[in-house]
Amino acid sequence: MAFEQWKNFKSGDWQSEINVRDFIQHNYTPYEGDDSFLAGPTEKTKKLWNEVLELYKKEHDSQGGVLDIDTKTISTVTAHDAGYIDKDLEEIVGLQTDSPLKRAIMPFGGIRIVEKACEAYGRTVDSRVEEIFHKYRKTHNDGVFSVYTPDIRAARSSHLITGLPDGYGRGRIIGDYRRVALYGVDVLIKEKQEELDVLDVDELTEEIIRSREEISEQIKALNDLKEMAKKYGFDISQPAKNSKEAVQWLYFGYLGAIKSQDGAAMSLGRTSTFLDIYFERDLQNGTLTEEQAQEIMDHFVMKLRLVRFLRTPEYNELFSGDPVWVTESIGGMGIDGRTLVTKNSFRLLHTLQNLGPAPEPNMTVLWSTRLPEGFKRFTTNLSIKTSSIQYENDDLMRITLGDDYGIACCVSPMKIGKQMQFFGARANLAKTLLYAINGGRDEKTGKQVTPRFEPITSEYLDYDEVMEKFNQMMDYVAKIYIKALNAIHYMHDKYCYEAEEMALHDREILRTMACGIAGLSVVADSLSAIKYAKVKVIRDETGLAVDYEVEGDFPKFGNDDDRVDQIAVDITKNFMNKLRKHQTYRHSKHTLSILTITSNVVYGKATGNTPDGRRASEPFGPGANPLHGRDTNGALAVMNSIAKLPFDSAEDGISYTFSITPGTLGKTDDEKITNLVNMLDGYFAQTGHHINVNVFDRSLLEDAMEHPENYPQLTIRVSGYAVNFTKLTREQQLDVIHRTIHERI
Amino acid sequence: MENDKKDLRYYAKVHSIESFGTVDGPGIRFVLFLQGCHLECKYCHNRDTWDINLGNYQSLNELFDKIMRYKNYIQPNGGVTISGGEPLLQVKFILELFTKLKKEGIHTCIDTSGIVAITQDIKDLLKVTDLVLLDIKHIDDEKCKELVGRSNKLELEFARYLSDNNIPIWIRQVLIPGYTDDKNDLLKLKDFINSLKTVQKIEILPYHSAGEFKWKKLGLKYPLDGVKQADDNDVKRAKEILGIT
Repeated sequence: MAFEQWKNFKSGDWQSEINVRDFIQHNYTPYEGDDSFLAGPTEKTKKLWNEVLELYKKEHDSQGGVLDIDTKTISTVTAHDAGYIDKDLEEIVGLQTDSPLKRAIMPFGGIRIVEKACEAYGRTVDSRVEEIFHKYRKTHNDGVFSVYTPDIRAARSSHLITGLPDGYGRGRIIGDYRRVALYGVDVLIKEKQEELDVLDVDELTEEIIRSREEISEQIKALNDLKEMAKKYGFDISQPAKNSKEAVQWLYFGYLGAIKSQDGAAMSLGRTSTFLDIYFERDLQNGTLTEEQAQEIMDHFVMKLRLVRFLRTPEYNELFSGDPVWVTESIGGMGIDGRTLVTKNSFRLLHTLQNLGPAPEPNMTVLWSTRLPEGFKRFTTNLSIKTSSIQYENDDLMRITLGDDYGIACCVSPMKIGKQMQFFGARANLAKTLLYAINGGRDEKTGKQVTPRFEPITSEYLDYDEVMEKFNQMMDYVAKIYIKALNAIHYMHDKYCYEAEEMALHDREILRTMACGIAGLSVVADSLSAIKYAKVKVIRDETGLAVDYEVEGDFPKFGNDDDRVDQIAVDITKNFMNKLRKHQTYRHSKHTLSILTITSNVVYGKATGNTPDGRRASEPFGPGANPLHGRDTNGALAVMNSIAKLPFDSAEDGISYTFSITPGTLGKTDDEKITNLVNMLDGYFAQTGHHINVNVFDRSLLEDAMEHPENYPQLTIRVSGYAVNFTKLTREQQLDVIHRTIHERI
Repeated sequence: MENDKKDLRYYAKVHSIESFGTVDGPGIRFVLFLQGCHLECKYCHNRDTWDINLGNYQSLNELFDKIMRYKNYIQPNGGVTISGGEPLLQVKFILELFTKLKKEGIHTCIDTSGIVAITQDIKDLLKVTDLVLLDIKHIDDEKCKELVGRSNKLELEFARYLSDNNIPIWIRQVLIPGYTDDKNDLLKLKDFINSLKTVQKIEILPYHSAGEFKWKKLGLKYPLDGVKQADDNDVKRAKEILGIT
């Protein structure tokens, strides 16, 4: 392949095959300096951003925080006409619908969800759409419920397994949107046609047929993508010729995804260093200034901040604050030892200053102890100022994932364009433990949910007996869990296939079955209480264990105490091994995350009193966090406990949400930055996987609860994403406020 | 009693641990708060550290191993700080601990009132101590007795000894409105500090009443009930008098 648009790029394999990593490695310029080169917002940027802020305000004041819904148009890559915020000001164009913040309907995942959502915001779905999806077109949701078995239904409705993507889009697939910019769509279509030829074989097995059909869908989606761009006046059949086009082409690739799918997490990938190559070329040519480069990035980010999906109020309880997880992975190190930080990594993060803090895009810094000092200090300083950044351990992930992976959603790493996951929400292990004690009866309703197991009848809990029964119950849960996920992903592929995103993948990809657990610290503390203290069971008249009395003290997770931390490690490994025993859809690889998103509140609500003394309905710790207030040895002790959790048994990520008051971080600004840098270096050297960093005083949040109007851009990090604090439900706001905020007295 | 049998070189009475200390010495500090104090500071914000009969014994090896688990965080420019209570009441233990830590190249620091006699143990300890945070209780002896129940004579001698033996000092002065913020006292303090050769830093710690609940929890009356907390302006004024920025 040869294109005029590739002038001045160094040649490599990337010219004879689709290989974005190879292009990056041959052409990027590592940047080891500090932030002094950065430019502020241009007049145009300020003006445009003010218009966006106005729109936000209108949105906030609308019913349920939803500005508008297009209830007529079934959203596809090409369904909506072009839309603008303010056409003359926009450097980068493209909206999901024909108007900013107007939400689209995507009924292929499930029509009922769309109806419920419209109803919640005072709208009704157009009757033609209703007719199509009730009479003629089956959805993913219909498919799943037509095959669910009674045991799955029971586990689901009792909240043993929750948050399953059986009624909404699964998401967590990252298209390699960079391919659109580098190659142009025609090359990508040609490549897909060649893939079809590869699959022209003697035996048309079920597997080959499915692959051929999927690739045909992908080719159609790529053609649609060109048509979509045309509506905005662009021809993206050819490669992008300069940096502005590169950003625009890449964004169109992403826009095609968010027009056709409303997956729970619609992440962007790892784009900033790729784009830097175009910016550098233009800066060298003298066709671009730093101000213009920043302006393009600011405008790009504005677009990412306007991404919206139509959700139901129940969904918002699980994933609070309207998140879309436009996760962008920034920085990291190459396997050749050069840093992958470029000037454009700085520009992207700098939007937090030019436009102010915001939850999206979900800024994710891939941290290595070997990152350039200037970048380390720049990002940590931004963390202190904005609480908008999460950090993930590049040194840990690079071992298995190389240096061109990105994070989907919160903590799920995947090789860009070469890997996807079947998102599996999570199993409630705290409830599983209670079921083990009660022989499968629900501790709240008394209902027999699982087949009848032998309950524990002794007055005091015996560790060995509990462990034996807990193991049996985990076996059962693992079985039901994989059954449910197989059904879900079979149907999602069938009725709600992500053709546009998958068109930006290789043909041969690794699929993971991404399971998850909730309530790990509750289980670890409960088992520790049973082992090291005495736990007396309180039963009701039917013999159901409904409460526990703990006599004596016991080691608690989050204090770097091996006696209990090892229990958490063992459970993680153990549950992972139980999952591995079951066959997965499309031979996907079993993985596990310790991540709750904001659903730690809902899961807690659905779970009765636990043997560690946690009261019924109280929230779990988010992700891998200790339970609130159980950690008494300071922040690093918590980090050491969490860092012990084995990444190779939880490859889908281990989330830790850390909050600290500014004063506790250090005295001067300089000390705060240095301490945070050293803390992150230490945590990641200790093999911690992920950390959200929040720096704020509790009083600030309390004030924001009472006077949300004064804090339109107050952003905080919750499990794996950032959220506008004022958009959280009151319950979740209280959970954040009550959570451990490390503070020195 | 079991406690009496402990060899105090190898066991410490521990109040608590802060794995992420950032205000007691340079960088990230592993702060070990030892139990027991012979002073009776009216403003004490860790009233629960006074009674030597409370706290738990922890062994030298146990604590050393624990500290080593934080090496990744504290190595770059932090270290270990022993605070209290009055840590120097358990000097034999700290000497053993610091000797081990120095072998690992870890920065050692003591947060003390210095109101102790300079024994041979103390002298040996200071040889393996990289920094002393010296909390000057009160430069005026009479006021000192009134505020903390002890004369300041020993602590001023202690400061002199540190200076004479080239041991770096960070001077700390808790600023309590109406108690330690008198202009003449501060000027006197300034003169004293100027007479020391090894002072690297002077820290004004504004008094706050956040420790009040600990007194109440022990069923005690808080001696400084109603005294106002020092604010930014108070600190600024004190710094100006002391001639520091």
